Amino acid sequence: MAVAADLTHRLRQGAEYTLIPLGALVVSAALFSVFLLGLGKSPQQFFELMWRGGFGTAFSWQNTLQRAAPLVLTALCVAIPARIGLVIIGGEGALVLGGFAAAAIAIPMIGPVAAGSLPVALMLGVMALAAALAGALWIGFAGWLRHARGVNETISSLLLTYIAIAILYFFVEGALRDPGSLNKPSTPPIGAGAMLQPIPGTDIHWGLAAGALLAVLLHLLMTRTTFGFAMRVTGGNPRAARAQGLPVGGLLVAATMIAGASAGLAGFFEVAAVHGNANASLVAGYGFTGILVSFLARHNPIAILPVAILFGGIAAAGGLIQRRMGLPDATVLLLQGVIFVVLLASETLYGRIAWLQPKRSGAP
Amino acid sequence: MDALITVLMAMVGGAIRVSTPFLFVSLGECLTEKSGRINLGLEGTLVLGAMVGYMASFETGNPWAGVIAAGLAGFVMGALHGGLCSLQRVNDVAVGIALMTFGTGLAFFFGKPYIQPSAPRLPSIPLADWTGIPHLADALRINPLFFLGIALALLMAWAFRTTRIGLIVRTTGDSAAAARAMGVSVIGVRVLATAVGGIFAGIGGCFLSLYYPGSWNEALSSGQGLMAVALVIFARWDPVRCFLAALLFGAAGALGPALQSVGVTQGYYFFNAAPYILTLLIMIASAKGRLAMRSMPGELTISR
Amino acid sequence: MSRGPLSRRTLLTSVAASGVAASGLAQTVGTALAQTNITVGILYVGPRDDFGYNQAHAVGAAELKKVPGVKVVEEENVPETIAVQRSMESMINLDGARLILATSFGYFDPHMLAMAAKYPRVEFRHAVGLWDQAKHPQNAGSYFGYLDQAHYVNGIAAGLVSKTKKIGFIAAKPIPSVLRNINAVLLGARKNMPDATVQVVFTGDWSLPVREAEATNALIAAGCDVITCHVDSPKVVVETAERRGVMTLGHNASQASLAPRGFVTGAEYKWETIYKGFADNLAKSQKLPNWVRGGYDLDYVRNTAYGAAATDGVRRACDTAIAELKRGAPIFVGPIKDNRGNTVIPATLDNYAPPLEGINYLVEGVIGSIT
Repeated sequence: MAVAADLTHRLRQGAEYTLIPLGALVVSAALFSVFLLGLGKSPQQFFELMWRGGFGTAFSWQNTLQRAAPLVLTALCVAIPARIGLVIIGGEGALVLGGFAAAAIAIPMIGPVAAGSLPVALMLGVMALAAALAGALWIGFAGWLRHARGVNETISSLLLTYIAIAILYFFVEGALRDPGSLNKPSTPPIGAGAMLQPIPGTDIHWGLAAGALLAVLLHLLMTRTTFGFAMRVTGGNPRAARAQGLPVGGLLVAATMIAGASAGLAGFFEVAAVHGNANASLVAGYGFTGILVSFLARHNPIAILPVAILFGGIAAAGGLIQRRMGLPDATVLLLQGVIFVVLLASETLYGRIAWLQPKRSGAP
Repeated sequence: MDALITVLMAMVGGAIRVSTPFLFVSLGECLTEKSGRINLGLEGTLVLGAMVGYMASFETGNPWAGVIAAGLAGFVMGALHGGLCSLQRVNDVAVGIALMTFGTGLAFFFGKPYIQPSAPRLPSIPLADWTGIPHLADALRINPLFFLGIALALLMAWAFRTTRIGLIVRTTGDSAAAARAMGVSVIGVRVLATAVGGIFAGIGGCFLSLYYPGSWNEALSSGQGLMAVALVIFARWDPVRCFLAALLFGAAGALGPALQSVGVTQGYYFFNAAPYILTLLIMIASAKGRLAMRSMPGELTISR
Repeated sequence: MSRGPLSRRTLLTSVAASGVAASGLAQTVGTALAQTNITVGILYVGPRDDFGYNQAHAVGAAELKKVPGVKVVEEENVPETIAVQRSMESMINLDGARLILATSFGYFDPHMLAMAAKYPRVEFRHAVGLWDQAKHPQNAGSYFGYLDQAHYVNGIAAGLVSKTKKIGFIAAKPIPSVLRNINAVLLGARKNMPDATVQVVFTGDWSLPVREAEATNALIAAGCDVITCHVDSPKVVVETAERRGVMTLGHNASQASLAPRGFVTGAEYKWETIYKGFADNLAKSQKLPNWVRGGYDLDYVRNTAYGAAATDGVRRACDTAIAELKRGAPIFVGPIKDNRGNTVIPATLDNYAPPLEGINYLVEGVIGSIT
């Protein structure tokens, strides 16, 4: 009996977490259709293209997943501190600095790797480590400022982003510029042979797999360990946490360091798997999109994956819609805006739809 | 010496020219946060206000019609935020970020046909033309919105301190229970405060398109709205300090170009980042955790 | 306007003049393009109507659309990230594009090169990039108009109209194509005003309207009475300078209408010459040239029609300079020192000289630093 009740409970809860977002997507599509009709465009064509460009073919899926990859990592940069009650919006800076650190530390190793005297894997490992460390220190600094000086982490992480971009540009166009990079100032390329190869059989880089793995690990960390428990307690009520003797400051810094490391890794993959060097293309707004992904996923690391894929899919279909329907590129931005607003508004329905509620029988 | 004067004049001029959007947006956010809500989406409102203001000015030929239209657009965005966040379990920070995307999307989508044309701009008041000193005359050719912003800041500071409306907003922001005990509709106050805050942000946006730099394009805002929201925390929820913060930010922003123009040319990336570096340093130096916490409205989601 | 055959001839001339592409390469009849109907995909980094760089390309692309059998698909605001590769691939896979024109600096390496290797039957051409036959796929290539020639004419005009002998230049980033234009303005100005200087402000990015306006004001405060720029969209710079009552020189596209009082002339790309050449190749099922470079000699650049601030003397001097450039007169006449005193160009360089594509210095007389 108890097992069966538990199962229905989980099923109903699962149904709630599936049906409400799906319903919200349908409502957003309906709203956007009205908008398109008002412009004299065909909603049917729009959503067909959306499907085709984002999810309809194997190519579209790869396109979608590639765009989703950096978003998973930057969303984690928001989700983990959110659990402890911090609003970090500086993931962009950690990504930029992480990518820069990876490219910078690789410079002395490029020659030996090309000559075969240093294994490629070692260089990539060091690069990944440097990226994670740079990101961790950067966002960790915001966490430490919050703890030690009472500086609000939202504003300090945003300010640090602009400073990180200035650091990148200063070095990329100055001391660390590859003389061969003419009209796109960049650090020296790590070399085609040293680039991280895509996941076999696809064009998708390992950043997606790393993001998924990290999301699962962080989910386990948050739900199954005392560390995660302590973080959640602190997030719920810092004063009570302190009264219980929890090391609140250490937890704050740890959470922000994990977050920064995650965004820093996103920078590593941009360098090692996409560009082969660090340049202004690192500043692509992935960090800012990650904020939205995390909030839509309600800071749940596992939920970040589907939300990031939804984002990637919409972005992937954007080009096709521009080309086929003569709609401006901002159409996609607008659709994203409508979907997010409706999705967030739909959160009010949780616990309100009677037949989705678990029966209270036997529950404590 | 000449160079120093040029740089100082440029910073004074820059403070006046560049500060207005920061001022309006931060005042709008200040009002919203005082009522207990955070609207992180004022960047979207700013961009939409810039586009709508430019469009209205172009279509009517009257820049003040643009200001009104921008204010209306901001009102709609603010009311939308206020309304959505009044639903149970809906997170105001998240809705703000979603509305940032929505507002920017609307502005870019409908703004395409207005990138090319030139719309009538707001006039400026020549305060120092009589001196006959060209630098001074240029630095003190000031837009009326700047004065409107100062008046607004003083008015808000006065209202928060001494009026009943100010008391209601502050109470709603500090303790919903206390506000209810006063017989105030907490949701009503917050929706209204967010909507009015939206008006300010919309007007701040149209300053960009109608005065300085004075045209509409998609790169017009480089995060001014987001930064202005952050400045409210820096200004510790005080309207007058919002004004000072905006001035400081504008002056620091003029530093990079001004230094290069007098021949201090190395390291311009860091001079260009001066507003951010300076703000961070001031926050680190002056942050007294408890003081900041004391002025923070108690109902804010980030304070819990 | 140039005719098709003329344009094809000019393309070949440019290939020969560059000396980079192997002879005969351009004459090879490509099989990949031997189709009557062809789709061309174009990617822009910003909005198509920006009064600047992207608009100049879009105007040129409009010429392509007029060619029978050519269908053009366009995407704007494509960031220089993995999105470039996916957009190109989407154009190829879903729209059947057989020619891709990538118009932004950052699209070339690694994005366009990766796609060219992956899709050998599709032709890729990149604006500005430096295609190298030894290193890069044979179905890739690059094209560019030497805008420094038009900026040199801008400089000549500035040297005649400036009273303060100071010219302000608002630049986005210290990269060779920008530095080359700055240097050309200085060299042009010094033709008639040996003590002219060019004061540079780098804004740090391609489109930052507020900082561009601040830079304009700062340069005017520092005494510059002629302002020009190299940013993606010069609208803000030209309008701000006009309001302050100083003279302006345009960049990328025509900004003459924005400054009815102070506009002198401007440096404009004429991408349509190149694009019409491509269209002509396509119509005849010929392989596109891999290396297209040229300036006034090939009608790839022009100066904007003179504005109100251009006196008769200015017009005459500019017309003369343009006529000389058409005959191939060099701009970088050696010896030239940089603004730190090093001799950077010992002997006169031809306008096609490869070292000019890698300029990493500001010449003597330019006040500014690239770091």
